[in-house]
Amino acid sequence: MLIRPKAGILDPQGVAVERALPALGFSGVANVNVGRLVELDLEDPEQLQAMCEKLLANPLVEDYEVQLLEESGHAGGNGRGS
Amino acid sequence: MKFGVLQFPGSCDEVDALQAARRVGDAELLWHGDESLQGVDAIVIPGGFSYGDYLRAGAIARFAPAMESVIAFAADGGLVLGICNGFQVLCEARLLPGALLVNANRRFTCRQVELEVVNGDTPFTRAYTAGTRLSIPAKHSWGRFHAEQRTLQAMEDGGQVVLRYAPGHNFNGSARDIAGVCNERGNVFGLMPHPEHAIDELTGGSADGIKIFESMRTSVSDPAAA
Repeated sequence: MLIRPKAGILDPQGVAVERALPALGFSGVANVNVGRLVELDLEDPEQLQAMCEKLLANPLVEDYEVQLLEESGHAGGNGRGS
Repeated sequence: MKFGVLQFPGSCDEVDALQAARRVGDAELLWHGDESLQGVDAIVIPGGFSYGDYLRAGAIARFAPAMESVIAFAADGGLVLGICNGFQVLCEARLLPGALLVNANRRFTCRQVELEVVNGDTPFTRAYTAGTRLSIPAKHSWGRFHAEQRTLQAMEDGGQVVLRYAPGHNFNGSARDIAGVCNERGNVFGLMPHPEHAIDELTGGSADGIKIFESMRTSVSDPAAA
């Protein structure tokens, strides 16, 4: 699950990174937002949305995106976004 | 009148909360893992870092067994005060509107702040009059109150904005300088600054905070006047 601050809400971490990058010589950087990544194994992906709504994200201030990967021990984990 | 101070793993201000409550009544510590609220008359959720504040401040504490009882207690009209981390827990539990985000200055900040009482008619602020200035310590990293514009307007119209940071004191970047809010019904109240640390001139910079606890005692003993 990728969880990020909703558009329009001040993200102080993003602002700090956006200021730091030009200081290191990287130019043309804008709109930096810092979110978080939650990785987990589970049997029933149907539960993912409820997990995000109830605990992993705060829908009042965060957007989330679920990415399903097949078991990484097998065919190399093809991503299919949803 | 008995206050129950709800302690989570990682709470750190429960002792001061008990001390403040005991200045005006009886108080006992409640444990997050117990469903029973031991028949107390009002709940205080103190400051700290419940469950390490992992994920988001208050996010995991909201699902503690005691919180289910607090939600039911609030639904029955019981008084619930959330201070700092307690405010964050109440927002996560949706007992209060909005959310608390990382301070706009990105820093943990500990300082005395000046507040203005916006609504002196709540069960938590009846010992003050609207317009009164309070001097109370604040100490947090995640205290920037946020809600959608529509929600903010409804809160202003409904008297749910209870405390504001005085001009120049909104160090965390809260929307509309909001420092403390109540629910629509007025029986759940949360604030980021710490009234329980301001009950004594010697240690708290003022004794301005004690009237929150006095207001609660009066409201419990005489609900009709609230």
